[in-house]
Amino acid sequence: MSIITALWALGILAVIFGAALGYAAIRFKVDADPLVEQIDEILPQTQCGQCGYPGCRPYAEAIANGDDINKCPPGGDTTIKKLADLMGVEAKPLDAAQTPAIKRVAFIREDECIGCTKCIQACPVDAIVGASKQMHTVIVDECTGCDLCVEPCPVDCIDMVPLASSIERWKWDLNAIPVKVLES
Amino acid sequence: MSFKIASSPHQHNQKSTAQLMKLVALAAVPGIAVQAYFFGYGVLIQLLLAIATALLCEASVLALRGKKVKAKLLDHSAVVTAVLLAVAIPSYAPWWLVVIGTAFAIIVVKQLYGGLGNNLFNPAMAAYVLLLVSFPLPMTSWLPAAPLQQQSLGPADAVCTIFTQFSCSGYSISQLRQNVDGVSMATPLDTLKTDLAQGYTTTESMDKPVFGWLSGEGWFWVNLAYLLGGLFLLQQKVIQWRIPVAVLGSLFSFSFIAWLLSPDTNASPLFQLFSGATMLAAFFIATDPVSASTTEKGRLVFGALIGGLVFVIRSYGGYPDAFAFAVMLANMAVPLIDYYTQPRTYGHKNKGAR
Amino acid sequence: MPTLFQQIQAGKVWDFHGGIHPPSRKERTNQKPVALLDIPDRLYVPLRQHIGVAGKLLVKVGDRVLKGQALTQADNAMAVPVHAPTSGTVLAIELHTSTHPSSLAEPTLVLTPDGMDEWRPRKPLDPAVVDNYTLLERIQESGIAGMGGAGFPTHIKVNVKQPVDYLIINAVECEPYITADDMLMQERASDIIAGIEILVKLLSPKAVLIGIEDDKPIAAASLKAAIGQKDNYFVREVPTKYPSGGEKQLIQLLTNKEVPAGRRPLDIGIVMQNVGTAFAIAQAVLDDIPLIHRVVTVAGETLAQQQNVLALIGTPISDLLTACGFQAEQRQRIIVGGPMMGFAIADWSVPVVKTTNCILAPTEQELGAVSEEMDCIRCSACADACPASLLPQQLLWYSKAKDQDKLAEYNLSDCIECGACAYVCPSEIPLVHYYRVAKAEIRETQREALKAEQAKARFDARTERLEREKQERLERNQQLAAQRVAQQQASGQAAQSAAAVQQALERSQQLAAPALDKAQIIAERERKKAEALAYQQQKQQSAATESAPAQTEAATEDPRKAAIAAALARAKAKKLTQQEPETQPETAAEPTQVEAPAADADAKKAAVAAAIARAKAKKLTEQEPQAQPDSVAATAAEPAQVEAAASDIDAKKAAIAAAIARAKAKKLTEQEPQSQPDSVAAAAAEPAQVEAPASDVDAKKAAVAAAIARAKAKKLTQQEPEAQPETTAEPAQVEAAASDVDAKKAAIAAAIARAKAKKQQNSEPL
Ligand code: SF4
Ligand code: SF4
Ligand code: SF4
Ligand code: SF4
Repeated sequence: MSIITALWALGILAVIFGAALGYAAIRFKVDADPLVEQIDEILPQTQCGQCGYPGCRPYAEAIANGDDINKCPPGGDTTIKKLADLMGVEAKPLDAAQTPAIKRVAFIREDECIGCTKCIQACPVDAIVGASKQMHTVIVDECTGCDLCVEPCPVDCIDMVPLASSIERWKWDLNAIPVKVLES
Repeated sequence: MSFKIASSPHQHNQKSTAQLMKLVALAAVPGIAVQAYFFGYGVLIQLLLAIATALLCEASVLALRGKKVKAKLLDHSAVVTAVLLAVAIPSYAPWWLVVIGTAFAIIVVKQLYGGLGNNLFNPAMAAYVLLLVSFPLPMTSWLPAAPLQQQSLGPADAVCTIFTQFSCSGYSISQLRQNVDGVSMATPLDTLKTDLAQGYTTTESMDKPVFGWLSGEGWFWVNLAYLLGGLFLLQQKVIQWRIPVAVLGSLFSFSFIAWLLSPDTNASPLFQLFSGATMLAAFFIATDPVSASTTEKGRLVFGALIGGLVFVIRSYGGYPDAFAFAVMLANMAVPLIDYYTQPRTYGHKNKGAR
Repeated sequence: MPTLFQQIQAGKVWDFHGGIHPPSRKERTNQKPVALLDIPDRLYVPLRQHIGVAGKLLVKVGDRVLKGQALTQADNAMAVPVHAPTSGTVLAIELHTSTHPSSLAEPTLVLTPDGMDEWRPRKPLDPAVVDNYTLLERIQESGIAGMGGAGFPTHIKVNVKQPVDYLIINAVECEPYITADDMLMQERASDIIAGIEILVKLLSPKAVLIGIEDDKPIAAASLKAAIGQKDNYFVREVPTKYPSGGEKQLIQLLTNKEVPAGRRPLDIGIVMQNVGTAFAIAQAVLDDIPLIHRVVTVAGETLAQQQNVLALIGTPISDLLTACGFQAEQRQRIIVGGPMMGFAIADWSVPVVKTTNCILAPTEQELGAVSEEMDCIRCSACADACPASLLPQQLLWYSKAKDQDKLAEYNLSDCIECGACAYVCPSEIPLVHYYRVAKAEIRETQREALKAEQAKARFDARTERLEREKQERLERNQQLAAQRVAQQQASGQAAQSAAAVQQALERSQQLAAPALDKAQIIAERERKKAEALAYQQQKQQSAATESAPAQTEAATEDPRKAAIAAALARAKAKKLTQQEPETQPETAAEPTQVEAPAADADAKKAAVAAAIARAKAKKLTEQEPQAQPDSVAATAAEPAQVEAAASDIDAKKAAIAAAIARAKAKKLTEQEPQSQPDSVAAAAAEPAQVEAPASDVDAKKAAVAAAIARAKAKKLTQQEPEAQPETTAEPAQVEAAASDVDAKKAAIAAAIARAKAKKQQNSEPL
């Protein structure tokens, strides 16, 4: 007899809690951005296509549809971690070979440029200016360092150069300061 | 000549972690001495055993974890843990007790949590609790204070007893625990608890020889010595006043209220303050920085929580002395306490990170 | 309940949380008079010594400058100039290690003193009679930037619109060792008070509170003596405790107010100035002595004489140390600033700058080097010491974990980097260093986020544009094909061509690629030409209406476009210089046509096209056209007009032009006025018009444009406004418009284009 009472009690409790939880789920629903938007927020927007998709947003859509989260080299581990948090999956190491940690931007050796415009077509963020048969140049502030313009250049005049350090951007890397040795 | 680059500040207060730990150990000396006087040389042997075990365990775990063994050993934190545990267990407890306890404290409670600074619990107290629940008998087998002992025990006896459980003259621990009248003696707190349970009033219970002036025979002096050591630590700014004051204050207040309400069933507040491990815990154990609260207000709350828990456990719990449990429970509450007692940052309206 | 002001009047001083008491060691230097040093052999004057941007360089290598002469000119509100600390010759303008923790190189003017110390003419002001604007201007022109620490331009800080309750003068100087302000107060109290009076005139505060630590009784006494009977001046001695000299801490000490997070003291009616700044203001206004020297404490046990010296700005630190009898240790630490917040330098040739208040050369025993960092034991000593009531141990934890959200939650940004926490930490954890790194990373993340946003916008814009262009091409191709089908059918050549056209049509539809055949290209070109022509005519009309504001919208809509334009200009220039000089009207027109429709499309493209102008100009100026006498009539117009234009331009403008457009200028002067006859028919007029608009622009505009920003100026002139009569008139207008642009926009453009500008500017200072 008592066991039946216990079962009843449990059953009723289960129903009550279920109802409460269900209500809470509706009542306190967080209106989140659609998943794709959130993922796209996290991605670095380099638009480099190294993930195998033509830009960050397509990759965001792919992730939302279950693709791996570790395909974005420019984002690196931080992005993977954030994606892992968002998607509730394990963070994995980066799929591709490690990209250099230093920020780099494209630089066109202007003497050699033949003005073929190939790089302009390649650049996803329009960071290269120039017109046909004229020298081209990179707008440093806009370049995301995606590398995409390097390959198409027929005369290989595009280099990826480390972004020049400046006092404003300096990160307190004391070890990198060259110490002068003096004759005493 | 070359130039040396360093980040500011270029000037440092000269008190290092190692020095702090040394001072803590030093401050415990009077207490240990008084303890050795009243409760036998056993405590010294326990100390040696504990320190040796602690250093050994610490060194091997550090080596296993691939850390800099020497530098980390020299912070002396393992020694402090060992000292605290050694003085907390009965002086003539068998040798393996302290070894197991210390090893557990260092390996599990400290290093497995990530080493100094990362442990959630106070290692000494966690080990004490482990021993208490695993080996209740030897952990409660305190000998009566020296004036009450039937046989007086020398250093050789201490060694024999700890390693063989029989003194050199062949007495077992339980025999040693008998007093001059041939009655097996519990600690004062224990006795009081048993007596109260049996319906005696405090005054009646206090007539027993195990009680001395103000508190238990001998225990008063031990507590006084630790109080002195604690004041020394305060004076040296090794510890801050908040935790000890809060512990003692809250223990005092609770017991005072209880005592006012029912003096017959509650020990006097002063008895509470000078019994068992009160002073040791208030100044040496609860103030362990790693497992205590880190905010100013939080330390008050933390200390008060310990004091309150001690009173409750002493009065209503199953164990005679309660500091280990109280400290561990308070340790568990630390993240919560810290979270809710964050200071208000300069220029902010709201308190802390919320 | 007495009001705050009554409490202050009654002499109440409050307290702040935490703080430490490091050994002060001030007694070593605070009894000796401030020493004067010989003028050093070289002075390194960094062009930027304050927060903000550098001014525009006014001198060039080889110039002789007089003491106090401005070397740079403030060309925007955040800039303050630097001055020649003594008379001498400009030896170089180069990159020199900066007096900054990073030791990165910054543009620096190297001066060889001539020993005569000859002053420029000075014009003292009487603060009683001149108006506030003049005073502010003088403060800015004298290069005064906060001398207590960060170097924030003073004229901005004291140019306030809100009412000011309290002017607080920070005479605390809480860092150990430093006694520069102390000595200044002891020796020059009346000047300081005069400076404060000027500040009072500017700010009209309710009261002046002078906060000074109680370990400087002599300084406090001399200040009090200098104040005399003045109303509402209060000297308040605060207990010696580090960091009571922090701006926020001193405000709390003296007024019991807190500056709300993320706000300025001004928001609670307080302005704080350092005594050194007050002194500098007095000197600037009353004696017209710009900020060319300052008192520096030189201390540390490796020195024979520890003392305060009056050092010229730009004096290499090595000179100062040597003058004080420096005996280096093996691994010597040289610290600029105090032991708590100063930074160690890697190269002792760095100069004294406006914010340098102390140089320390301690021995190893004196300031023990940091021993190895140990684990945090959560002792909270740091939290107890933190003047901002932060929880440094939590911040440390999250800094290590790089958890930026948590760091923000725990108010990392409120850390004043005072170092109190690291000072007390028994585990010797360099806490502040962790925070600095974390802060830099947070800034970087913010920048990145911004950039990602922009990149995304650009990407979207590009995608959309490509889509649109594809669509347009498709439509056009269809139209053209249809036309031709109609034509060809009409002319009876039906089947074959129709098939071809049909094919083309299909192809274009399928590929949506510019697979146009030649005919189409030509057709299109014609169309574009017409378009361009129309556009330019329209533009010329508006240009003729004098102000040409119509084009400004194109060139100035977005400052970034100026940068693009500049870049393109160079591109074009290069391309054309590579081209053979025999430009034929037709082929020359080609690139233009390419660009012209682009110009049509939108503002940005207009700017892009504009750039081409410069290229043309350059090319034509670079040409060495062989003169052929007979055709001179038509074509000599070119050089003649070039010259004419050049001479038209008044001397100043010419100088600017010369300075700015290096290549251009050089070539113009080198050029032999010989021109090529026929081919240049159309193009010849070009350079003429290149200059024409430039000279049209009135002198003021040109001067403004030139002065705004070196970078911008360079670019503006680089994108030479040459107008082609037929097809490229429009770039010229763009240029004209560009010079029309008001200063602000151009300045913005300059800032954005800085990367480029710097490169050029570094390559050869003109
Ligand atoms: S310029 Fe090159 S590296 Fe930079 S964003 Fe464009 S394609 Fe990428
Ligand atoms: S791809 Fe290379 S050659 Fe072609 S325009 Fe770009 S930089 Fe010049
Ligand atoms: S002072 Fe150092 S050891 Fe103590 S809590 Fe702070 S960081 Fe940790
Ligand atoms: S450095 Fe920052 S965290 Fe440390 S004491 Fe100063 S304000 Fe507090």
